[in-house]
Amino acid sequence: MTASPGPEQLYDVVLHVNGVLRPASVPARRLLSDCLRHDLRLTGTHVGCEHGVCGACTVLVDGRPMRSCLMLAVSAEGHEITTVEGLGTPADMHPVQQAFRECHGLQCGFCTPGFLTTIAAFIEENPAPSEEEAREAISGNLCRCTGYQNIVKATLRAAEITRSSGRGHTTSAASRGSKHPKDLDQGTNP
Amino acid sequence: MKPSPFAYSAPTSLAEALAVLAEAGADGKVLAGGQSLLPILNMRLAAPGHIIDINRIRDLAFVRVEDGGVRIGALARHADVERDEPAHDVLPLLRQALRLVAHPVIRNRGTTVGSLAHADPSGEMTAVLGLTGGTVEVARQGSTRTVDASEFFVAPLESAVEPGEMAVSAHFPAPPPHTGTAFVEVARRHGDYAVCGLAAMVTLQQDGAIGLARAAYISVGPTPIVLDLSEALHGQLPDQADWTAAGRLAQDQVDPEPDIHASAYYRRHLVGVLTGRALREAAGRAV
Repeated sequence: MTASPGPEQLYDVVLHVNGVLRPASVPARRLLSDCLRHDLRLTGTHVGCEHGVCGACTVLVDGRPMRSCLMLAVSAEGHEITTVEGLGTPADMHPVQQAFRECHGLQCGFCTPGFLTTIAAFIEENPAPSEEEAREAISGNLCRCTGYQNIVKATLRAAEITRSSGRGHTTSAASRGSKHPKDLDQGTNP
Repeated sequence: MKPSPFAYSAPTSLAEALAVLAEAGADGKVLAGGQSLLPILNMRLAAPGHIIDINRIRDLAFVRVEDGGVRIGALARHADVERDEPAHDVLPLLRQALRLVAHPVIRNRGTTVGSLAHADPSGEMTAVLGLTGGTVEVARQGSTRTVDASEFFVAPLESAVEPGEMAVSAHFPAPPPHTGTAFVEVARRHGDYAVCGLAAMVTLQQDGAIGLARAAYISVGPTPIVLDLSEALHGQLPDQADWTAAGRLAQDQVDPEPDIHASAYYRRHLVGVLTGRALREAAGRAV
């Protein structure tokens, strides 16, 4: 391909985000993180390093945590994306959100969305982690404020809340059922 | 930063992907998990003209026990391989190594075959392919070839995959009976690139003494270095073996480069210490 000047080709995608089908028109090079924040206005997903090191942009793709800065938005079509906005609401917090509040697991909050999504998926897979397993689970997320101690505590507490409430909640947005914008043709989602 | 513009194709079959690759030629770059490629694009260290995204070719997302080993398709994520019990039963070294590949979240997206094709000198799976004497199936439109591990890794970040070609699967042969394996590495932080690491394999004889001892090293050469260390340990019982001698034998055969993380001297030191540690661990698992 020759890099000819002129408008970049746009791709019409329909992303399944937090149980809602969201259309967007993006160039192929649009990162999923940027698509979520700029095109879909879901600014809960934070962007730190943009090369996969910091973990702030972690979202769930079909329930598995992945770096949204290391995925193209066009690759995400056909998959269920859960961002921090889809984990819970102030009135109905996800166990991880509740645990972070109880254990003071955040200070500035920049890294928090990535921790919440990562830990939500982790405790679904391992509902009774040891402290060592909890540390391993969050080893791919950087926090520059807390020193991690309270994040480890929050991880263990989140598992405890999940066990006692018996609610596996991670892919909640998807399992609550899809809500479609009125004007969206539902047939377009592959 | 953001990637520079590129043409994009998302084929849904291997045949279609190979056709697009043939047309794209040297401009074409295959995107699988993207956990190495996307950072490179984001930092604009590379600007391929045409990205061929193979994430829709579901047929390539397989992990199979096959031909006395494990065959892994180009779209199998590290996490899929790591959790695959039949593969683990045949070749525990896969899981032993994968637990050291970056972080769990990266392994959810990154692919094993992609990391081989990326040919990073610190990539754990390159050592596993080298140590097991595995092969990579490389296809282009109209033909397929099988490349031995010893030929596959050409130089740092350079594999034998040529323009127009794509690594379709990798085969990791199972070791002989009475063999134990281990993967150990030292990294500055858990999940970081290893300063030095190795996959080790020890095969016991009928009498319980060590028959074969081999190791494959990452981060100490431009490509994985596979060494036969049997002469230092042959005929010794694992609980009395001279692991230090095996470490020295390995040190004599490597010529590591210094970088900002470690001097050549320190890397050579690690080769000695980690060789003994890994071989002992591997021997302990051999039954």
